[in-house]
Amino acid sequence: MNTLSESSATAFDLIVGGDAGLLHTVALSFAVSGTACFCAAWLGLLAGAWLAVARFRGKRFVLLGLDTSLALPSVVAGLAVYLLLSRSGPLGSWGLLFTPTAMVIVQTLLALPIIMALARQVVADALRDGGDQLRSMGARPLLCALLMLLHERWAVVTLLLIAFGRAIAEVGAVMIVGGNINGFTRVMTTAIALETSKGDLPLALALGFVLLAVVALLNVVIAFVPRSHELQTAQLQ
Amino acid sequence: MVARWLKSAVRRAAPGLVCAATFALHTPGVSAEDRFITMASTTSTEQSGLFPHLLPAFTKATDIDVHVVAVGTGQALDMGRRGDADVLFVHDKAAEQKFIAEGWGLKRTDVMYNDFVLVGPKSDPAGVKGRDIVAALGKLAGSSAAFISRGDESGTNAAELRYWKVAGIDAPATRMANYKECGCGMGPALNIASASNAYVLADRGTWLSFKNRGDLVVLVEGDSRLFNQYGVIVVNPAKHPQTKTALAQAFADWVLSPDGQATIASYRIGGEQLFFPNAPH
Amino acid sequence: MTMPAPLTLLALRDASVSFGRVQALRDATLSVHAGDVIAVVGANGSGKTTLLRLLHGVVAYSGRREVSGAAGVQAMVFQRPFLLRLSVWNNLRIALWLAHRRMPKAERRERALQALGRVGLAALRDRPARSLSGGEQQRLALARGWAIRPDILFLDEPTANLDPSAKKEVESLLAGFAAEGMTLVMSTHNLGQAKRLATRVVYMDGGRLDTDLPTGEFFNAGARGRAELFLKGELSWSLDG
Repeated sequence: MNTLSESSATAFDLIVGGDAGLLHTVALSFAVSGTACFCAAWLGLLAGAWLAVARFRGKRFVLLGLDTSLALPSVVAGLAVYLLLSRSGPLGSWGLLFTPTAMVIVQTLLALPIIMALARQVVADALRDGGDQLRSMGARPLLCALLMLLHERWAVVTLLLIAFGRAIAEVGAVMIVGGNINGFTRVMTTAIALETSKGDLPLALALGFVLLAVVALLNVVIAFVPRSHELQTAQLQ
Repeated sequence: MVARWLKSAVRRAAPGLVCAATFALHTPGVSAEDRFITMASTTSTEQSGLFPHLLPAFTKATDIDVHVVAVGTGQALDMGRRGDADVLFVHDKAAEQKFIAEGWGLKRTDVMYNDFVLVGPKSDPAGVKGRDIVAALGKLAGSSAAFISRGDESGTNAAELRYWKVAGIDAPATRMANYKECGCGMGPALNIASASNAYVLADRGTWLSFKNRGDLVVLVEGDSRLFNQYGVIVVNPAKHPQTKTALAQAFADWVLSPDGQATIASYRIGGEQLFFPNAPH
Repeated sequence: MTMPAPLTLLALRDASVSFGRVQALRDATLSVHAGDVIAVVGANGSGKTTLLRLLHGVVAYSGRREVSGAAGVQAMVFQRPFLLRLSVWNNLRIALWLAHRRMPKAERRERALQALGRVGLAALRDRPARSLSGGEQQRLALARGWAIRPDILFLDEPTANLDPSAKKEVESLLAGFAAEGMTLVMSTHNLGQAKRLATRVVYMDGGRLDTDLPTGEFFNAGARGRAELFLKGELSWSLDG
């Protein structure tokens, strides 16, 4: 309990104090995970929608593979990307190891299966409801799937938030490919890991609170801003 | 028509996203010509807080940034072998010399040393207090008190195993019931020792910064065998042509120079000097 | 005076549809002519919906189905219309875009406006489509169908879910469409509706097309056998709809 109250006080001080290093770490966390989810969203939503309507031999195995990749440990993804980007690896000449770009790459890989699997589910469920009618209106299967993504856009926002949550909370992959370099590739989670390994548990917990607080703020913004617009137009009628 | 909607949505969101990403991903201070080197060092060195004190002085003198990736010594040497680091700053002389002998590095030079301390419960149930590390370990082997080992191939771990060997115990993990390996860094090992009133070998730097001491105190120090020698190695570009050899050499030269050595000596925790420069003249 | 032969838009010959082991439709033979208003009646499970879907061309079948070039544009209105979570206006525009990809934006806008006016939904155009009442939603579905100027409009029990006043509104719209010359094929439980709107009645029984007669004949002692029994059974409680 002592550590908890100490951490809360430290977290409050950190947030109010506006320490430049902390601000940069938070901003980097959001930039890396946000960019990764943005890239994964394009690929994942399209691929998920396509999977919901595609018919081909071996589709069952592809779906099995997709579901399995949901459980991909972040450390394993980190190792795989590390070996790719290492100077002794195939893409070493790109010089991407230990940079934020490498972190974006690995988090895109982690977010992609989540987005694909959930988008496929959302689209498949929606198509059960109205797929027939859309087809009869002249939409070919892939277009039906894309229209369903538009139709279920709130479910899409939710699944993107889930993917973002996984990305911003993961530590293993970005630690390996980013190197946790002070002021360059240190994000909230790797900073927390570092403070934990130094034994400074109150500070580590405090950083954890800060991270949760910022993500909570993001969720509040997403939940309330567009909905309030909808409420306004409904009231005007 | 749907395409039009998508395009307008992207157009509206894009500037904000690009702005945010550019701001956060671009670190002020990293200049466009890529004037930075990647240095592989150890977790204990990073946690001692030396780098925020030492490296800015180097950057000021040479306009070269240093990106420190802190891992275990074994991993740091592996990074050198893979070419993912330009310079190594580690503390395991035997492993370093093997690294050079295998041709992965250009040259190994002494830079500085700090020391290890044997830390344990104030009550000292095994009666190890003194200035002789080997005797202390011998007593520990005969007692029932617990000993925490990092067990992670770090420089500290390697040193610890060497002391056990000198004390006549070849494989403490198999020979001693009270020997516990955590496979972790110095901080967590100290945490475990503090929580379970056990003995642990720590580097003085991490110990001085460690806040969670509980009942732990320094019991054995000052034995010259406890000195922990650091070496600096520039990675051999023959193996990996992309190594920034010139910049890495600039670092090695600076840290061995009177300026660099003085900066090392001026680093203190609570008034105490942590690292003692000993570059050859 | 000889009447010009009515143009055949769609013809089925001995067409059958099965889903797995269940045979939903057996040896159906039917022709749809321009200007027809066909009511498809029969008990639940008799194959009305399957027949409609077969005519519309959205179900696999065996046998023959011929569509004349003049029947290229078709639309279907369902018992429970599927509306996207968008405004009334956007639902209309998307339906138009799906049916006529190359239509210029201005023309699409024009048609959508006309369709809204035709069904009386102009005031609700910016409302979320799903917030409309059942009757209003069905009128939107009719607007969707009418806007694309279909050669044939299929309707699967369009008023089954509506309250009496909404039912009346929809029926009067359909009567209007028919008067404009649109070809309609609709399935219904409601014999009164069939009598009021249709030029032809098709009676389905157990997956077979049992009877196909002009409306007058069907309701005035022209029906024989199972169709006659059906009429008698339904007569007492559903003729008025």
